[in-house]
Amino acid sequence: MHPAPSVIAFTTLSSLGFGLLFWLGLGFPPVTGWVAFTFFVLAYLLAVGGLLASTFHLGHPERALKAFIQWRSSWLSREAWTSLAALLVMAAFGAGLVFAATALVPLGWLGAVLSIGTVLTTSMIYTQLRTVPRWHQLLTPVLFLSFALAGGSLLAGMVHLAPWLLAAAGIVQLAHWYLGDSALARSGTDLATATGLGAPGRIRAFEPPHTGPNYLTRELVFVIGRKHARKLRVIALVLLSVLPILLLLLPFHHVLAALAVLSHLAGAACSRWLFFAEAEHVVGLYYGKR
Amino acid sequence: MPPKQPQLDTSPRVSDEIRRTTCYMCACRCGINVHLKSGKVAYIEGNRDHPVNKGVLCAKGSAGIMQVNAPSRLRAPLKRVGPRGSGAFEEISWDEALEIATGWLKPLRESAPEKLAFFTGRDQSQSFTSFWAQEFGTPNYAAHGGFCSVNMATAGIYTMGGAFWEFGQPDWDHTKLFLLFGVAEDHDSNPIKMGIGKIKARGARVIGVNPVRTGYNAVADEWVGITPGTDGLFILSLIHVLMKAGKIDLDYLARYTNAPVLLNSDRASPDYGLFLRDEAGKPLVIDRVTGQPTAFDTPGVRPSLSATWERYGIAHRPVFHAMAERYLAPEYAPEAVAERCGIPAGRIRAIAAEIARVAFDEAIELDRPWTDFRGERHDKMVGRPVSFHAMRGISAHSNGFQTCRALHVLQILLGAVETPGGFRFKPPYPKPAHAHPKPHCGTQPGHPLNGPHLGFVQGPEDLALKDDGSPARIDKAFTWENPMSAHGLMHMVISNAHAGDPYRIDSLFLYMANMSWNSSMNTSGTMKMLTDTDENGDYVIPRIIYSDAYASEMVAYADLVLPDTTYLERHDCISLLDRPICEADAAADAIRWPVIEPDRDVRGFQSVLCDLGARLGLKGFTKEDGSAKFADYADYIVHHQRRPGIGPLAGWRSTGTGRGDAPEDQIQRYIDNGGFWLRHVPEEAAYFKPWNAGYQDWAVETGFYDAPQPYLFQLYVEPLRRFQRAAEGHGERQPPDHLRAQIREKLDPLPLWYEDGTASDAYPVRALTQRPMAMYHSWGSQNAWLRQLHGRNPLYVPTRLMREHALADGDWVRVSSAHGEITVPVMEMAALNPNTVWTWNAIGKRKGAWALDEGAPEATEGFLLNHLIHELLPEKGDGQRWSNSDPVTGQAAWFDLRVRLEKVAAPVESQPAHPPITSPVGKGPRTLAWKVGK
Amino acid sequence: MTELPKSTDRKLGLVIDLDTCVGCHACVISCKGWNTENYGAPLSDQEPYGADPSGTFLNRVHSYEVQPESGAAQLIHFPKSCLHCEDAPCVTVCPTGASYKRVEDGIVLVNESDCIGCGLCAWACPYGAREMDQAAKVMKKCTLCVDRIYNENLPEEDRVPACVRTCPAGARHFGDFADPESNVSRLSAERGGMALMPEQGTLPVNRYLPPRPKDRIGEEIDVLAPLLAPVAEEPTGFLAWLDRTLEKL
Ligand SMILES: Nc1nc2c(c(=O)[nH]1)N[C@H]1C(S)=C(S)[C@@H](COP(=O)(O)OP(=O)(O)OC[C@H]3O[C@@H](n4cnc5c(=O)[nH]c(N)nc54)[C@H](O)[C@@H]3O)O[C@H]1N2
Ligand SMILES: Nc1nc2c(c(=O)[nH]1)N[C@H]1C(S)=C(S)[C@@H](COP(=O)(O)OP(=O)(O)OC[C@H]3O[C@@H](n4cnc5c(=O)[nH]c(N)nc54)[C@H](O)[C@@H]3O)O[C@H]1N2
Ligand code: SF4
Ligand code: SF4
Ligand code: SF4
Ligand code: SF4
Ligand code: SF4
Ligand SMILES: [Mo]
Repeated sequence: MHPAPSVIAFTTLSSLGFGLLFWLGLGFPPVTGWVAFTFFVLAYLLAVGGLLASTFHLGHPERALKAFIQWRSSWLSREAWTSLAALLVMAAFGAGLVFAATALVPLGWLGAVLSIGTVLTTSMIYTQLRTVPRWHQLLTPVLFLSFALAGGSLLAGMVHLAPWLLAAAGIVQLAHWYLGDSALARSGTDLATATGLGAPGRIRAFEPPHTGPNYLTRELVFVIGRKHARKLRVIALVLLSVLPILLLLLPFHHVLAALAVLSHLAGAACSRWLFFAEAEHVVGLYYGKR
Repeated sequence: MPPKQPQLDTSPRVSDEIRRTTCYMCACRCGINVHLKSGKVAYIEGNRDHPVNKGVLCAKGSAGIMQVNAPSRLRAPLKRVGPRGSGAFEEISWDEALEIATGWLKPLRESAPEKLAFFTGRDQSQSFTSFWAQEFGTPNYAAHGGFCSVNMATAGIYTMGGAFWEFGQPDWDHTKLFLLFGVAEDHDSNPIKMGIGKIKARGARVIGVNPVRTGYNAVADEWVGITPGTDGLFILSLIHVLMKAGKIDLDYLARYTNAPVLLNSDRASPDYGLFLRDEAGKPLVIDRVTGQPTAFDTPGVRPSLSATWERYGIAHRPVFHAMAERYLAPEYAPEAVAERCGIPAGRIRAIAAEIARVAFDEAIELDRPWTDFRGERHDKMVGRPVSFHAMRGISAHSNGFQTCRALHVLQILLGAVETPGGFRFKPPYPKPAHAHPKPHCGTQPGHPLNGPHLGFVQGPEDLALKDDGSPARIDKAFTWENPMSAHGLMHMVISNAHAGDPYRIDSLFLYMANMSWNSSMNTSGTMKMLTDTDENGDYVIPRIIYSDAYASEMVAYADLVLPDTTYLERHDCISLLDRPICEADAAADAIRWPVIEPDRDVRGFQSVLCDLGARLGLKGFTKEDGSAKFADYADYIVHHQRRPGIGPLAGWRSTGTGRGDAPEDQIQRYIDNGGFWLRHVPEEAAYFKPWNAGYQDWAVETGFYDAPQPYLFQLYVEPLRRFQRAAEGHGERQPPDHLRAQIREKLDPLPLWYEDGTASDAYPVRALTQRPMAMYHSWGSQNAWLRQLHGRNPLYVPTRLMREHALADGDWVRVSSAHGEITVPVMEMAALNPNTVWTWNAIGKRKGAWALDEGAPEATEGFLLNHLIHELLPEKGDGQRWSNSDPVTGQAAWFDLRVRLEKVAAPVESQPAHPPITSPVGKGPRTLAWKVGK
Repeated sequence: MTELPKSTDRKLGLVIDLDTCVGCHACVISCKGWNTENYGAPLSDQEPYGADPSGTFLNRVHSYEVQPESGAAQLIHFPKSCLHCEDAPCVTVCPTGASYKRVEDGIVLVNESDCIGCGLCAWACPYGAREMDQAAKVMKKCTLCVDRIYNENLPEEDRVPACVRTCPAGARHFGDFADPESNVSRLSAERGGMALMPEQGTLPVNRYLPPRPKDRIGEEIDVLAPLLAPVAEEPTGFLAWLDRTLEKL
């Protein structure tokens, strides 16, 4: 799949934002007043910024409200609802903390559930796609959730829990890659089922339908070199998990913590880039790719 | 609860008006319905009533709308202001343009009309353009047929009085086995596809003989991936097997062919190899009843295929003896040819067996009584449901004439021509070679030529030679080099004019032919010839006038450009005098008419010729008082008469048959009828046309000829023998010595096979082109929709050669021939003859042409194979550079090409890269969302 | 209406005959022509005369090479447009309801005025049947020519999709798969019509007729051998055979 910067920015940032909101909703860190205000602004910048970034990806952002209509069947629509609900509930919860120094605990819990639910719905948009076997696996929501929780905990300054969650995210990431690499082969879809023509291995895509590119080849049939991907995987893993853990294990310093956050953010973005770039859409089979 | 759905208007208005005319996105000439909204073209679809396409339309036809709005369209007449080839022009008025042309041409006509060479390309008005050239008085006229498929046309007409091309068709409704030789697309684009669809739906089978398995050959049930240039050998081997097994139609051969005609068989006789004739000149056969030599058309005659006759001590034997002697010889046994053809001997036998089985075990009978030319009544029509079609794959080789002949002989041996299930002629064919005109080249300053330029020679006396024996025509057509060049040799015009051989010309007038690019061999050399100057700094070819509708590569090389309209904006006439749209069951002709008005200063070229003709004072184009005879081409179409009662259009003439006076509203009648006119062949005249009295009478009635002219199929072509005799030293007109051997060997009256071109260890791989179905030569690339399908052309390389050269898709190779080299990208193809590479024809473009961006893939990755082909063959040690053409017809031997591949590092762009030409019309827009309605 | 109808009254779709398709692209261009002028926004082209031309097409013809167990490689032309799936994932993923499947005939359509251009439906379609128009920024797909097949401004016989009407080889057939007696149902039953990517669970309506077995003449040689028994071994024998046989006719 084409790794569109807007979608990568959206999923990475909003994942962090909603992750942070999740922890805030649960009362971590237990902040009030200006400090709470700072945390909430950060969380909202990330979450809303991410959502806004995602609209850049739309052909008709001015019609974005229509996306709320089909919640009964569409994960994208559900994401719209959960994110809106999470943002509203957490706003009320946050207002309590900031202006009244009061934690409306049940509201916080609800907000936490909605925040993490938003991440889940986002992940389900990808997970549901049978057409992209690498995404169509249980580990995809786990991956998104583990990133949100780890990143959120890091932002929430939970220096004790964060290394564990970062480690977990790293392991999930490794597993996701591992299973993802064979997902297309295991999916049962190949050029033979795609065309109905003969046994696999005996059929070969000859000429593409047009000599130039088209929307599908640009959007869905992005191909990344294997060597390149390997390198990026190492970088992503180090940045998102290994380096932040090491930084957190050092004696605590705000600069180190900030570095850990930045490293994780960069790693998560890199991972997300790979999430798209490595995803093989089955339509690529028709074009002789993969 | 059913979900709520939007309300849809499922009956939107399709258009304000439909105008029915004829497509010209290629030469197939399908009927189209042009839907207009507010006077603009909104949608084009096929005309269901039209005889050619019956409603279907190909990709090109459907993309016509993008041709009309193409940014490459010329806007006004152009006068060259920069050096030739630069593309620097100034737009001028029509008055100025026509004055310039008149100023150049008038003095030529009055002093030496042959100094004008007028050649037309993809033209469909040859009967008109040739008439114009004849009136001008120059012998130098032809159209593109010479480099196209003259082998096919000539072999067909000399052998059976009609050819494949678009002049005949398989009996799609009855055939059970269809063999297709060397066809990628053909002129009959839609009809062939419809036919293949039809026979597949019936479960009949298709055999495709072609080194490349795409398109028709991809859907063929059997693919014979033959070695290029060896079809003749393969066909003669089929003939060998079938004759040996007696799987031939003896009755048909005896009645309808010259198989029983008596040949002088005495090698010592000066008439050796000529027919025995009676006083009236009629060939004689031995009647099995009387045992006496009898004129072939005598009522009741039962010709013998084996009886011989001696007269004045000279042995005569039937043609069929000579055939048996030649084709039963072991040199044609499958085992002897298999390796050269690249087809296992067993497969050759199996194919022969399948042909025999279908032809004879599955013969069909139609209950249609008919009467033959000898007056004999037949109560049935017996058919051999095996049909054949072939085109340039066998035609565009230097052994193409004989290969095409071989194929026709095979068809005839099976009795599968003009019989149900076999091959059928489309009116005005059949028409034997001797009923066609002969070539004329008699010039006289200020006067018309002494007759039509092109025709069918019967012997040396008909050649277009001057008194001193030198060629009368600039293209050297109808000379000893290629005596039967019935379509001229357009591919030799520029190089001969440049060399001043046989003489110098002054003005080269070209129409609708991209001669500085894809239709010339040696493209880079041709561009140089067009720009070469003499010692005075004058161009060696002094003047070039060109008519095109678009900013093609050739435009840049003209001194004066006459911009044409598009096909939707002009009158055209697809005439029975020319290449009509007939079907086997009907005579038909058609028109084009301006369904929209041009939005710029362009004029239909034929109308311009009428105007120019009048300005030059040509008799056919001026009234007594010297004023213009025809207001425009539409006027000409209605009022010109070729013979009394016969004109460009046959429809709605006074007799209702095709003859008579044309009504004043003839064009409107065509428009009202959907753009065409049609006259059905009566049922009892539908088959056996050359010998069918019913058909012959109908043909006379319709105006094809003035008296019935039944004839025999010529298995043995006597005119060829007449040239051989001359080469053997007989007769007045003698060939130059260096050509004697070639004529003796290759102008054999019975088909034979010889190697096409020069086999060479240095260049071991065969290289071909194919037409893409969705592109027409060079002119599809300006079309926004079509160029997305074929924006570049890789060289397709068989798996074996990919491995041998360690190539992967997208790698580049240097391809060299004896003449030149190109560097191009490759793509692997498995379904391909293991020793053949190929590419799509004419996708490669010159930078700056066609209003395309200079970085267009057509120019940076696309390429022409033409750079590797030369109009002359390399010197062979005899001091001669032989023409790269068929020695019989002069057909350009595009497919003789042999090459060598070498892997190279990817260059910046495909090579050779020529500097860009300046676009006379600017560049196209960045986006297109073409909707004319609301 | 992102939810799919439980069932549709009719199941309109195409049968595409891979044994007959010659790969001429006629259907591609006539589709482009009709749908540029009709349903919704025109199908646009970017850099149409430039270095990198591309545009929106609702139907594209691929080609594949197949190497059978024995014999020569084969080439198959493979046209592909929307298959109007019964369980269309492109519909259920759509957040706005712009994508829907019609109850009356099963045609899957995009209501362009509701489309936000998120592209998700194109991701969900395994067949590459949806393309986002780069000028109008809405999702485009084969409409099964819904504005032709019921169009009362067209003569009855023309009420078929543009691609079907134009196909010169007659490789495309249009009809109702819900009716077992329809042309498409019968063709599909007779010739073993295939669904593409059945494992994706989309239940496509369109069917593809597989190419017939090829290159088999060589295998039948034994049966046919007697056909080629020589009439004579020598040319003289052959000549004698000629008139003898002629007399018998
Ligand atoms: N390598 C290789 N070369 C080949 C062949 C091959 O198989 N291989 N095939 C050969 C054959 S058979 C042929 S016929 C030739 C064809 O070659 P050409 O006859 O050169 O054909 P086109 O490229 O179509 O060029 C025709 C010209 O007509 C112009 N034109 C189009 N429409 C109109 C119109 O309405 N009015 C006017 N006045 N002009 C118009 C086009 O713009 C173009 O410049 O190519 C030959 N060249
Ligand atoms: N779409 C489209 N239609 C066209 C044209 C076009 O440009 N585009 N051009 C028109 C013109 S001018 C012409 S002349 C006709 C030509 O129509 P075709 O005769 O179909 O011409 P080509 O495309 O040159 O195809 C030649 C075929 O012969 C095969 N071939 C080459 N050498 C051999 C051989 O030695 N033996 C055998 N058996 N096969 C061989 C090639 O692989 C190729 O398939 O098409 C006309 N129709
Ligand atoms: S074959 Fe195509 S381009 Fe040629 S005349 Fe017919 S519709 Fe037009
Ligand atoms: S129009 Fe028909 S034959 Fe041509 S590509 Fe389309 S389906 Fe195939
Ligand atoms: S083919 Fe694709 S676009 Fe069409 S209905 Fe099926 S999933 Fe949807
Ligand atoms: S692109 Fe349009 S039709 Fe497709 S899912 Fe998004 S809103 Fe629905
Ligand atoms: S049915 Fe209509 S929209 Fe669909 S591919 Fe055919 S022409 Fe295009
Ligand atoms: Mo041609």
